[in-house]
Amino acid sequence: MIGQDGLWTKTFRYITCLLLVTWLVLPLIPLAIWSVARGWFFPDILPRMWTLDAWRYALSDTSGVLDALWLTIGISLAATVLSILVGVPAGRALGMYKFKGKEVIELMILAPTIVPGIAVVLGVHTVFIYLGLTNTVHGVILVHLIPTLPYMTLVMAGIFSNYDPAFEAQARSLGASPLKTFWYVTLPAIMPGIIVGGLFAFLVSWSQYILTLLVGGGRVVTLPLLLFNFATSGRNDITGAIGMIYILPGILILTLTAKQLSGRSGAVGGFGRI
Amino acid sequence: MSDRLKIILLLLPAMSVIVLLFFGGLLIGLMRSFNYMPVIGLTEPNLQAYINVFTDEEFYWSFLLSFHISFTSTLISCILAVGAALLLRRAFIGRAVINFLFQLNLTVPHLVGAIGILYLFSQSGVFARLAAEVDLIQRPADFPAMVFDPFAIGIILQYVWKEVPFIGVIVLANMQALGENYESVARSLGASKWQTFRHVLLPLIFPGILSASVIVFAFTFGAYEIPALLGANYPAALPVLAYRSYTDVDLAARPEAMALAIIIAILSAVMIFIYIRYSRKRVRS
Repeated sequence: MIGQDGLWTKTFRYITCLLLVTWLVLPLIPLAIWSVARGWFFPDILPRMWTLDAWRYALSDTSGVLDALWLTIGISLAATVLSILVGVPAGRALGMYKFKGKEVIELMILAPTIVPGIAVVLGVHTVFIYLGLTNTVHGVILVHLIPTLPYMTLVMAGIFSNYDPAFEAQARSLGASPLKTFWYVTLPAIMPGIIVGGLFAFLVSWSQYILTLLVGGGRVVTLPLLLFNFATSGRNDITGAIGMIYILPGILILTLTAKQLSGRSGAVGGFGRI
Repeated sequence: MSDRLKIILLLLPAMSVIVLLFFGGLLIGLMRSFNYMPVIGLTEPNLQAYINVFTDEEFYWSFLLSFHISFTSTLISCILAVGAALLLRRAFIGRAVINFLFQLNLTVPHLVGAIGILYLFSQSGVFARLAAEVDLIQRPADFPAMVFDPFAIGIILQYVWKEVPFIGVIVLANMQALGENYESVARSLGASKWQTFRHVLLPLIFPGILSASVIVFAFTFGAYEIPALLGANYPAALPVLAYRSYTDVDLAARPEAMALAIIIAILSAVMIFIYIRYSRKRVRS
């Protein structure tokens, strides 16, 4: 550590820290309160009555919230698995080899992170109409690959640039089949990258709105679509409950994999490579 | 198997997805923006859609609004994120809490943050109620408009809320990889705290800030649901404008929507190119 911190510096640090913590949780608080409030009107600071009605409605079979939850989980899982299957080989090529035209390939794979989804999806929608993929879950999963794949490939390229293929050669020379080599040597070595990249892919797919809305044509109702509809129709209590349900999987994943995502892990630093 | 063949096979699936879906989508959008689509009998391309877009006053206001949203949110987020990362790399009690909240925030979708901002800052929101409690305002209408407002304050607040942790986590990872040795040397050679930061640390963490801010700028320029929820009706952000004309009951507006999509793609590519060139030059000098 550089120098000795005075009392003033310490106080300043604690105050900024407190402000930062407050600001980070602040927008989630009214959502949480609304989900258990009945008639919370201006100028009441807190609701006059508390109720679980919104939760009861959201968790009932008739509201469709749970259907939307399972559908969203399914779509995001499928998009993640496809991203892993496609992104891991691409990451290996970009991380381990030098070849002509590599920069162009990198730029093409990164392009979807720069070019907004709305600019691409209108054209995709036109094509999907002819392929019969609009208004289907398959079409939505496919279109989610556009934003998820770059993150997956990027993280894997970072992992493979620090990867030593000599271990694979050794396993092969000792008589292991290519499949066994992959399973016992390669996969364990790149697992941290697959977890972090897969997590990014899942969360990116999880938060897609406009791609799902256009390609799903309103027939594929994921949680964000439902949430947006309730938010604009003024049902704040149900919006609050759906909002809480919507952020739950992310929090669960985070607590399960907190170590991989922490600042010390190399995979996050991979973003500096772009 | 030769390396060349290996590379091609490894890249083939990813490139197929990118070329077919992403570039294919852009290409079809481009063709339709010229009203050219042989499959459905449109064989004579024209520039009518672009003429319509460029002669509409709302387009220019929308562009200015979208640029203002992206520029302001990226700038504020970067400054706050570097500050937060500087705070977080020192060991103290609050660090674990903030670190966790940063990661928690990364998992929360933008839409949830936008609704939270709506409930906090609208004219009957939490802050308006607090203002009424201390008699600063009498009626909701007395509270300054911070959502659905022409300056997009609510939209920017939402982006800052969401992007400070995103940039912060990346910058923090860079700082921890660097350690404090370079700064210690600078300090022992007599550099002030500010000089150490400006001439030693900042250039070292700059690549991370640059790539993170490019992602943030592009996202905030092209996102639909946040300005759709928190934005004013007129002028609407560019993506909202494009979506509106695409879903217009008048199908003749579709080429215009495609033209807007292509213009959004070109604008974000050009702005990011200029931004990267300009900021690299600034930091090197």
